[in-house]
Amino acid sequence: MAAINRDDVAHLARLAHIEMSAEELDRMAGELAVIVESVKSVSEAAGDDVPATSHPIPLTNVFREDVVGHTFTAEQSLSGAPDAYEGRFKVPAILDED
Amino acid sequence: MTDATLSFEEAMEKYDPVLGFEVHVELNTKTKMFSSAPNVFGDEPNTNVNEVDLGMPGVLPVVNKTAIESSIKIGLALNCKIAETCRFARKNYFYPDTPKNFQTSQYDEPIAYDGYLDIELSDGTMFRVEIERAHMEEDAGKLTHMGGATGRIQGADYSLVDYNRSGVPLVEIVTKPIEGAGSRAPELAKAYVAAVREIVKNLGVSDAKMERGNVRCDANVSLRPHGRERFGIRSETKNVNSLRAVEHAVRYEIQRHAAVLDSGEPVIQETRHWHEDTRTTTSGRAKSDADDYRYFPEPDLVPITASREWVEELRATLPEPPAARRKRLQADWGYSDLEFRDVVNAGVMDEIEETIAAGATPTVARKWWMGEIVGRAKNADVDPGQLGVKPATIVELNQMVEDGKINNKMASEVLDGVLAGEGTPAEIVEKRGLAVVSDDAPLLEAIDAALAAQPGVADKIRGGKIQAIGAIVGGVMKATRGQADAGRVRELILERLGVEG
Repeated sequence: MAAINRDDVAHLARLAHIEMSAEELDRMAGELAVIVESVKSVSEAAGDDVPATSHPIPLTNVFREDVVGHTFTAEQSLSGAPDAYEGRFKVPAILDED
Repeated sequence: MTDATLSFEEAMEKYDPVLGFEVHVELNTKTKMFSSAPNVFGDEPNTNVNEVDLGMPGVLPVVNKTAIESSIKIGLALNCKIAETCRFARKNYFYPDTPKNFQTSQYDEPIAYDGYLDIELSDGTMFRVEIERAHMEEDAGKLTHMGGATGRIQGADYSLVDYNRSGVPLVEIVTKPIEGAGSRAPELAKAYVAAVREIVKNLGVSDAKMERGNVRCDANVSLRPHGRERFGIRSETKNVNSLRAVEHAVRYEIQRHAAVLDSGEPVIQETRHWHEDTRTTTSGRAKSDADDYRYFPEPDLVPITASREWVEELRATLPEPPAARRKRLQADWGYSDLEFRDVVNAGVMDEIEETIAAGATPTVARKWWMGEIVGRAKNADVDPGQLGVKPATIVELNQMVEDGKINNKMASEVLDGVLAGEGTPAEIVEKRGLAVVSDDAPLLEAIDAALAAQPGVADKIRGGKIQAIGAIVGGVMKATRGQADAGRVRELILERLGVEG
């Protein structure tokens, strides 16, 4: 796992739409580097013969039958929305994507 | 600004097109991919959702078993291998169409991979399109951009979001690069999407209505000079949502790329938007470092394992593939290639099959559908199958013609009556007094009456003066108000009198 630097943090912040000041980027680069280093030591312990694990429990095929369950009313759906209009969530237009 | 284009012919002279398609198929399961909310089109906004679809904190998705089975069926119908084990992954991006800030999708472990589809072009040429993968994911919510001049995102003041579509099961089918189509590329594009649509419809796993977005196509086009192996830079035209538009969009992009390359500029790798009104594309978003989705395995969903037994069970439920079915039907019906192609293009193959099953001969079924019904459907601006003609009606009408009860002209009139809701063919014939009187019983009655009324004439005929028969025929025609078949009447009179004609 590659070390994390300030540019990586700035890139991730952009991806996540998080505004960060120069000081925050500096501080976060340091903190994240420590975290990444710590995770790296786990990778070393696992060795090459252990496959990457996404799920620790050997469980597969947890399914649901295709039967309709509960739904929300529009009012319930929108109850936590910062803004709404005519039954729909109202969000700022995001111009740099489509 | 309008992009420069070359003529299609000039573009083909200079360049070799390479295509690629991503077709999204919405499954018609009752519920969503990961939640039990209903998968229903067009209801009141934000009512076909629950906490999972809205991405509430702490909720757990659960996989819809039917959606997995449908995905495996699609994979099998596309001649794919089905993964013994596969996982879901999070595709992370921040945009209001997904409230979770990620789309649950599959990344490096699609459920189906390495398939192919043999596509038949209009002149019978077969073209093999190789399938890279078919993977499962969920649909996103629907954004409506408000304010601004055009209703598009540029200049919009805000957007409104309806999450009813959020979480609808999707299967995304991705082709390998398609080389060697040459000038058939636009036609192949249309035929490929049509074939995928037909397959998922035939499987019964999708409603497959393109106008509703059940089947959506992103078309990749690049050009390279003839003889060069390396691909050119591609554009991806998004959401080309009718078969005609797929053909036109590929054709347009070929012409546009050719003009860009001719000018010495590189093609920009970007998303293009298709505009049906002008039949052109415009620049969307260029590929950027924002396209960094940071995929990782979805921790909330355990892997899917498809045992070979399960796969074989599903394979056994697959219907006959559409292409094989067409071949079989054409052979069974004995239609020429041209006749059969006309039937397919008119969209009445299923109807003809049902009509034959109801008892009509293939020739009769084709005569009625192609000769009578397709034209009426065109006038009414509906699909022939939706006009309301039942196979039994055709069989009944045809039987009446064969029995000589009505002639073809009358039969067409009766069909109009049936479509106008006036009743069954028999009722309409009765009501409108349409019958050709060739049924012998009423004719014989009229003949006997005419002979009795003119005994002298009857004697003359018996005596060999056959030309005198006109008077009797005239009497019968008068009695039947002209609806008798005069030739048949003459035969019957001679028979009645025991005279050789």
